[in-house]
Amino acid sequence: MCLGIPGQITELVDLEFLVAKVDIGGVKRDVIITCVVDDEHPAESCIGDWVLVHAGFAMSRLDEEEAARTLALLAELGDMQAEMEIMRQVGASA
Amino acid sequence: MKYMDEFRDPATAKKLVAEIHKLASTSLSQREPLQIMEFCGGHTHTLFKYGIESMLPDNIEMVHGPGCPVCVLPMARVDDCVAIAEQPGVIFTTFGDAMRVPGTRKSLLQAKADGCDVRMVYSPMDALAIARKNPEREVVFFALGFETTMPSTALTLLQAHREGLQNFSLFCNHITTPATMRAILTDPDLRLDGFLAPGHVSMVIGAHPYDFVTRDYHKPLVITGFEPLDILQALWMLVKQFAEGRCEVENQYARIVPEAGNVAGLKAIAEVYETREHSEFRGLGNIGDAGIQIREAYAAYDAEKKLGLPFDFAQGAVGYDPEHLKCADVLRGVMKPWECPAFAKTCNPQNPLGALMVSPEGSCAAYYAYGKLAKRKETV
Ligand code: SF4
Repeated sequence: MCLGIPGQITELVDLEFLVAKVDIGGVKRDVIITCVVDDEHPAESCIGDWVLVHAGFAMSRLDEEEAARTLALLAELGDMQAEMEIMRQVGASA
Repeated sequence: MKYMDEFRDPATAKKLVAEIHKLASTSLSQREPLQIMEFCGGHTHTLFKYGIESMLPDNIEMVHGPGCPVCVLPMARVDDCVAIAEQPGVIFTTFGDAMRVPGTRKSLLQAKADGCDVRMVYSPMDALAIARKNPEREVVFFALGFETTMPSTALTLLQAHREGLQNFSLFCNHITTPATMRAILTDPDLRLDGFLAPGHVSMVIGAHPYDFVTRDYHKPLVITGFEPLDILQALWMLVKQFAEGRCEVENQYARIVPEAGNVAGLKAIAEVYETREHSEFRGLGNIGDAGIQIREAYAAYDAEKKLGLPFDFAQGAVGYDPEHLKCADVLRGVMKPWECPAFAKTCNPQNPLGALMVSPEGSCAAYYAYGKLAKRKETV
């Protein structure tokens, strides 16, 4: 619940409510990007960015290398499989 | 140091470990070990996975903190969840971890098996989607967690409000980290010298909410990431503070944690939530101002008010966790999991009796998973 999974923003779904499609380890799902959008990073500029996703919300930006390391750590700790499974079960692109 | 080769950067890890040993042998007391608490269950998990404790000098001891939101949930709250799920017409939604935590009557998983509509979701937004699809049912989301998950539940509530949804509510059981830390610091049974502070909570709240730890309690604190190297580096930073006689809040995880926290996240939290006067937490008892509740302006989305629940949070301290289960003592760091009579016997990950055995972030589950079943350092 607290670790967060890195994902890459692939498209914008809803500019008004700041919803983006994020690729999280191959599973694509809608993620709210309110917390990573500001004057410096308008929503339109976010495509391709890596973000840390907690419970369906992007909470922080991270660079690609950091994202890769975090993904590797989560895989080693065995934490990711369970979350990914839940994500798949509850409709990844709901 | 048998796990050192598993580090992504073994050379740096070796160097950090050597530096920690050097500082510990020259600057720390050899008789009274330094007690350092890692507050966050995610850190506990990394400590175990990489055998970091066994690399530390004997005069540095790790105390595993209560930083797993599921683990500090009193049984009474699970009972409340079950009571809500049993109300006719309710769809009860929750993160997976909370499903298996035992209540005094049953867990949410058992309630589901008994016919209640309990659904596991990945995000509170999934719960909102269920509410949109089922306008004739009341959809309750069990909002729990420290500040890491608070923005997501607050933003979900604000979204429900924007849409004018009438059938969505939160059962709010969030907890704030600084107040929980204060409760630990004032616990007479605990002697702590410093903290590793949680990385992702800090990503939301920033560094300043910890200032009281150094100012009022004179305990140094380092905000830490989750990589094994992050933890080693943070421990080195902390020991260096002791060696140099400093007491500061330092941020090892600056690549993720901004000094001022997440502005949008904090704004949503402030808009939706306020502190509760009393809240009961497993192991820590009744802590003033650690729990939060939904502000009056959003009472329409507060499951407690909306459903007229049969309990009274204001009373706090229900405290009927069974005597022989030592979860409370383990949570407070005054007892090790293997000292609990149920540990690895009647209580195991397949059949958890306490929350600490449910989530991989719980210290009992971590001790169990890494085979640390008794006090033998070589078994780490
Ligand atoms: S072993 Fe089980 S009952 Fe004992 S402290 Fe751990 S979780 Fe609680």
